[in-house]
Amino acid sequence: MSSQAMRVILNGQTLLLGEVPELPIQAFRDAILEGTRSGARLACLCAASDLRLFAVLAGDAEKCLRVAWTRLDGPRYPALTPECPQAHLFEREIAEQFGIIPEGHPWFKPVRYHLPWSDQPSPWGRDANSLPAVMDFFKVSGEEVHEVSVGPVHAGVIEPGHFRFQCHGETVFHLEIALGFQHRGIERALLGGPHPLSLKQAETASGDSSIAHAWAYCRILESLAGVEVSSRTDRVRGVALELERAANHVGDLGALSGDAGFLPTASYCGRIRGDWLNLSAEVCGSRLGRDWLKPGGLHQDLGPVMATHLGPRLAQAWTDTKDAVELLWGAASVMIRFEVAGRLEATQAREIGLVGIPARACGINVDVRKDHPYGPYRDHPIKASLAESGNVHARAWVRWLELIESQRFLADSLGALAGSDPDPRVGPLPSLAADSLCVSLTEGWRGEVLHLALTDGQGRFARYKIVDPSFHNWFGVALAMRGEQISDFPLCNKSFNLSYCGHDL
Amino acid sequence: MMHILLSRWRQGHRTLPYPKELPTLPRRFRGLPKIQAEKCPEGCRVCAEVCPTEAIHLGAKGPEVNLGRCLFCPDCSEACPEGAIEYTQDHCLSVSSSEDLIVIPGEAFRRAEAMGAELKRVLGRSLKLRVVSAGGCNGCEVDVNVLGTLSWDLGRFGIQFVASPRHADGLLITGPVTRHMELALRKTYDAVPHPKIVIAVGACALQGGPFFRQDEQLGGVSKVLPVDLFVPGCPPHPLTILDGLLRLLGRLKD
Repeated sequence: MSSQAMRVILNGQTLLLGEVPELPIQAFRDAILEGTRSGARLACLCAASDLRLFAVLAGDAEKCLRVAWTRLDGPRYPALTPECPQAHLFEREIAEQFGIIPEGHPWFKPVRYHLPWSDQPSPWGRDANSLPAVMDFFKVSGEEVHEVSVGPVHAGVIEPGHFRFQCHGETVFHLEIALGFQHRGIERALLGGPHPLSLKQAETASGDSSIAHAWAYCRILESLAGVEVSSRTDRVRGVALELERAANHVGDLGALSGDAGFLPTASYCGRIRGDWLNLSAEVCGSRLGRDWLKPGGLHQDLGPVMATHLGPRLAQAWTDTKDAVELLWGAASVMIRFEVAGRLEATQAREIGLVGIPARACGINVDVRKDHPYGPYRDHPIKASLAESGNVHARAWVRWLELIESQRFLADSLGALAGSDPDPRVGPLPSLAADSLCVSLTEGWRGEVLHLALTDGQGRFARYKIVDPSFHNWFGVALAMRGEQISDFPLCNKSFNLSYCGHDL
Repeated sequence: MMHILLSRWRQGHRTLPYPKELPTLPRRFRGLPKIQAEKCPEGCRVCAEVCPTEAIHLGAKGPEVNLGRCLFCPDCSEACPEGAIEYTQDHCLSVSSSEDLIVIPGEAFRRAEAMGAELKRVLGRSLKLRVVSAGGCNGCEVDVNVLGTLSWDLGRFGIQFVASPRHADGLLITGPVTRHMELALRKTYDAVPHPKIVIAVGACALQGGPFFRQDEQLGGVSKVLPVDLFVPGCPPHPLTILDGLLRLLGRLKD
């Protein structure tokens, strides 16, 4: 049995559950193992009620997704992780949320440290008062080996997480990351939805990626309701997403520069990031793009007058950005720091299923906008920005190339929007398709954002799964730190700049 | 070196002249809500019904908006058939007590007051804050961080974010306080020497924000610690946060 047994589905397509193949567990496992062996990525593996498992494989080269599901006889099945490492966190999550045990999982630990939603007991025998990072960590022992423990409360203005380093002098043998401190229960909150708060919860799943998550959420609802938005609305959504990307990339390049002790770019970019955020605020009143999108259309439109007004401000922000960032590439002391730190091999990146910037920095040509195009990216393609060396420099360089692409897209789009009248305001969506499955992907600034919805007989969410790119990528930080100096951790960590709440949900 | 100097010349001096002059806010910025209850039709409950966080309560004088819950989304102002509720450009939203978070039609909004004389003597000229994200989505966090950039240059007001609670005069807390962060937050608070202050920033830290119904969080900082300053918003604009800090230090008057 191969991944051919799975059903091909396009980004944002809705299928009736009856159209999604139900495979026996053996065939389900084989389909995932064979699919990932032949180059597909495991974009999502999750459980739903009644011992069901759903899998989404992303065939990035063939530009399609594949879905299938299985129903288990009991709360256990043979783990995929030993043969397919990229399943490791998904399988731990399945165990934590539904008490289903992936037998033979080599790294079987909680993800967010909550109890199963169902009546199943905690697979780790934990109780309601158990706290994150209270567990056995991987330990290196021996003379002169020491352990460094950091967090949850860190030194900067940053979200909480716990990092446990096994070190020999300065050298890090291994880093284990324990998250879950930010767990707010988003997926549980979405059950039975869509609720009036669901859009706000999607926007704050990872609050610096509001547009990426809001857009994925809107496309789920629109697809389930059978509604198509206009190409003009799509273009405005594209502007929202690329502004979000530009602001965050500028901020990251500045912060990376600061971590290497190069202050000119750090201080300029800190300010210029605000100039990009303020462009979003001009349209929707919020610097982080809150209340810009809504299911069916836009909460707040970007009309021709505003598009004309934003054009010169975009040009100025871009001029300042170029000036500040080009200094960085010319600073030899920064380049040498960037080039020797945090290297990840492409083979490792593929094995653990990295997405977004860290994947492209290893030369892996994945970008949802190109591979599974949606909205404006169908007619206005984006080139994936790639680097080869997989180190901090490559991750910084990919951000820079993406900034150039985003700026081009934004200038073109504002030009086009300046000459087109706003769409009429949209009313509420019709009811959602019952007993259906929909998968929606967007490319946030960190990487692939996946939302998956399963509706019940009344068209309510029986399951809503969110996969933030950080969920795929945190393990990449741990691998990139192996053999590095512990003093390079801030630089390595910043080069990924992953979301804690996006992981913890 | 020449490139750096040239850039310095091109980029110029960009620190905002605030508080001497107010920076321009975006035209669609949503600040303090203004309620004109006299426009409300008899028995109309539209604003209260559309509010996703149940921030609007119909009181004796008309709709009352709880800024502790408010996400500053346009739902109520768009839904109101009479235009009785609208957001103004007023960014001064911080208050000193949770009762003051309620905006009541016809009543003056009580902005944050300065800290007491003794506290001001100790902390007024140099305030070091430790930031703790207790379930924040990184929205409030990034806009707190912005205050440290050269546009806002928080240091010129004597305020600084420090790396350890033991170096701090108080905590600035974001997020609804997830159950998983409660202990870490309490320990961090205990590590701050007396006298100390607590500042809650953002809708989550005030009353749970978009997650106020979830068991996984506690419903805001005041469920765990005494709060001296409440800064509403989702997330609050950096100007709103800075305004709150300066009011607490007695540097701004109406």
